[in-house]
Amino acid sequence: MLRLIAALFLLVTPLSAEEIVLGLSRDEVAITANFNGSEVMIFGAIKRDAPAPVGGPLEVIITLAGPLEPVLVRRKERVLGIWVNTDAVEVDAAPSFYAVATSAPMRDVLTSVEDLRYGISIPRVIRSVGAPDTVRNSETFTQALIRIRAGSEHYQVLDSAVDIEEETLFRGQITLPAALTEGDYTAHIYITRDGVVVDDYETNIAVYKAGLERWLYEMSRNQPFFYGLMSLAIAISAGWLASAAFRIFQR
Amino acid sequence: MQIYLPIAEVSVNAFLLLGLGGIVGILSGMFGVGGGFLMTPLLFFIGIPPAVAVATEAVQIVASSFSGVLAHLRRKSVDLKMGTVLLVGGLIGAAIGVVLFNYLKSLGQVDLLVKLCYVVFLGIIGGLMFIESWRAIRRSKVPGSRPVRRKHGLVHALPLKMKFRVSGLYISVIPPLIIGLCVGILAAIMGVGGGFIMVPAMIYLLGMPTKVVIGTSLFQIIFVTAFTTMLHATTNFTVDIVLAVLLLIGGVIGAQIGTRIGVKMKAENLRILLAMMVLLVCGKLAFDLLVMPSELYSLGTGGDH
Repeated sequence: MLRLIAALFLLVTPLSAEEIVLGLSRDEVAITANFNGSEVMIFGAIKRDAPAPVGGPLEVIITLAGPLEPVLVRRKERVLGIWVNTDAVEVDAAPSFYAVATSAPMRDVLTSVEDLRYGISIPRVIRSVGAPDTVRNSETFTQALIRIRAGSEHYQVLDSAVDIEEETLFRGQITLPAALTEGDYTAHIYITRDGVVVDDYETNIAVYKAGLERWLYEMSRNQPFFYGLMSLAIAISAGWLASAAFRIFQR
Repeated sequence: MQIYLPIAEVSVNAFLLLGLGGIVGILSGMFGVGGGFLMTPLLFFIGIPPAVAVATEAVQIVASSFSGVLAHLRRKSVDLKMGTVLLVGGLIGAAIGVVLFNYLKSLGQVDLLVKLCYVVFLGIIGGLMFIESWRAIRRSKVPGSRPVRRKHGLVHALPLKMKFRVSGLYISVIPPLIIGLCVGILAAIMGVGGGFIMVPAMIYLLGMPTKVVIGTSLFQIIFVTAFTTMLHATTNFTVDIVLAVLLLIGGVIGAQIGTRIGVKMKAENLRILLAMMVLLVCGKLAFDLLVMPSELYSLGTGGDH
């Protein structure tokens, strides 16, 4: 009887029972000239005040999301024998990068109700108010966005990619592609039991251009006229240099 | 060796870009075309965003054209006077073209128009050049046949005549001005220097000798594309200098080699090669428009329509 009461108590207040303690292999990613993608290791432990509750096994979900931005998705159709962009749908906010790593297949880790509540799987992260009535099959535009970004490894679903030791320690690795947009990336960790989120934790990873890349980028935005002139000066001097070099070469 | 491009925000192989620049540079020096009509689709293909590709390509064209012009100047195969007249028309045309381009953009479908422009112009120019130079090659193989004399048509009846010594012409400045203007408009809409239209126009409409045409074309391309570069850099912020440097290192060296190959070749052979290249690009673009693409959807930046 006592045991039953204890179990019920744990079920009523599951949030305080298990808590995430987190570590990151890096909390910033600097994009330099020879940047060729990066790996981020996310690891942590689960702190408990009481013994692990009974029920389904503990599962972990790790997501890493780039900054949200609006995206315009266009669709081609055949008009008079030529393939032309006809319909376009604006997706209000989609992350430039999104990876979701789980400790077991997604359907075992998270119920769809919880997914809807927390916005974890890729289709739930993308916010689209809806297409104008004139566009047919508007949901295919969001699917196309996911398909194209998944093709370039900007959207990743990493099933069973998180290791859990003794229901306490966990670790997962996410590979950032070389073609990366800068901004504040958000790492989000959820622990679930029976598909229900028990605790979640959020932290930021700053992704930014550094060194020469930073300098050139800032200059192209802040002094576009001089940036243009500098480009032309480089072009003209390179042209002259090659010509002069070939003259010496030929003598 | 991968290099991250700061403006394009993608990572690409540096040697691939050097190689591409070199190939386009050779063609540029040989035929007097900027090579934008070849390079821009190639850059799309390796994943550079279209806006960055078009703007950055202009910088590379400035470099390889300048390199090529210096080589031509030493051979005295540049008609500076004719080049200046064409340039005046070209800059006026480019200004009109930019206005026209923005108007079409507001209507939507500007991408399609640009592609159709390419297919139609490349097709017509390439086809005509191919037929003409093929005939010229056959004629030169028959011994004893006389070269065709230049026609004295409308070009010679107009006022404001001027002597173009390097080209060996005494014609009115009106036709070159109009040609410059038309090419300028087209170049601004299609986002290229316009060499592949200018070269045939100079050969067939003005009757300039092929050898002079190449240097003169390069001369005026420098100014037109320098103008385009500044326009893109200050309004769209899409010039990627790292990408430009990688492309132009290959480009300037290629242009020097191309100029030397061009000088050694016979004019007809040079023209037929250019014609074939133009037709090839035309065929590829037409194919893309007519055949169902593997991915029907494409992504663009949101926030503007």
